[in-house]
Amino acid sequence: MANHSHDHGHDTGFHATTKDYVIGFVLAAILTAIPFWLVMNGIIADKQTAALVVTAFAAVQVVVHMIYFLHLSGKVEGGWNVMALLFTILLVVIILSGTVWVMFHLNHNMMPVKMDGMG
Amino acid sequence: MSTANLTEQYYDLHEHAHPDGYSTTLGFWIYLMSDCLIFGMLFAVFAVLGGNLAAGPGPRDLFELPLVALNTTMLLFSSITYGFAMIAMQKGSKQGLIGWLLITLVFGLAFLSIEMYEFHHLIEEGAGPQRSAFLSAFFTLVGTHGLHVTFGAIWLVTLLFQVGKHGLTAANQRRLACLSLFWHFLDVVWIGVFTFVYLLGVLR
Repeated sequence: MANHSHDHGHDTGFHATTKDYVIGFVLAAILTAIPFWLVMNGIIADKQTAALVVTAFAAVQVVVHMIYFLHLSGKVEGGWNVMALLFTILLVVIILSGTVWVMFHLNHNMMPVKMDGMG
Repeated sequence: MSTANLTEQYYDLHEHAHPDGYSTTLGFWIYLMSDCLIFGMLFAVFAVLGGNLAAGPGPRDLFELPLVALNTTMLLFSSITYGFAMIAMQKGSKQGLIGWLLITLVFGLAFLSIEMYEFHHLIEEGAGPQRSAFLSAFFTLVGTHGLHVTFGAIWLVTLLFQVGKHGLTAANQRRLACLSLFWHFLDVVWIGVFTFVYLLGVLR
């Protein structure tokens, strides 16, 4: 933290270009349209595969938004916002996978032997 | 002597001139990350409860994907128009900035209207948040996102007045940059919503 970035005084962190936004928008539109098209028309018969493909599109789109809309890069703010993001992703992954894992096993192990058809 | 040197080495003892608001964007980013954790929790809740229908209607019976696609389009359009507003700001064009902000506001309100219509429709059908754990989790997650967009829209109107009254001051530019992060961040969360709640819900 010794050398603060005092080279740009009123740093708003934004040096975006129209080109960036247009590229981001076109990519985002494509990455949104394909999964909707896949699900609405039932293109992929196997549900497991379809779910994986749709999730993959979402992951790529998140990265596109981060780069082209949120202008995330390791160069601004001394890389601290990328650090914060990585830490947050780590936490969210632990929360999500941990919750699903624990609760799935809980449901599985605590399943009543007989219940009137409801899970 | 050595202690003094060590202190020097590990601590920042000298005052620096910090320009007004120089760390605002980073601070705001860290707030957004904490917001990300809230949504992470709500997604986890939905993942756990999403299948508990209590013999009520499920995603396939309730969700209308064309409506969701329209909503997604509105939010995506509002993202790029906000981007154009920021570019107008960089060029110092107050008129351009206000124009693009107004267009962004219209798209944002369109998104909210469609969502309100959807919620109203669901509740009228008897699929309100009290119907099943799935619907409770659905309304909490999507509602929290909608509430964020609502506050974003209020913030946007506030900044319209600020810019109208005081012009493109450094403080206003900083505020607009923060709202930009907030607005684009909500679009990122929406990717998660339409994928995990709507698309995977209908697939299930």
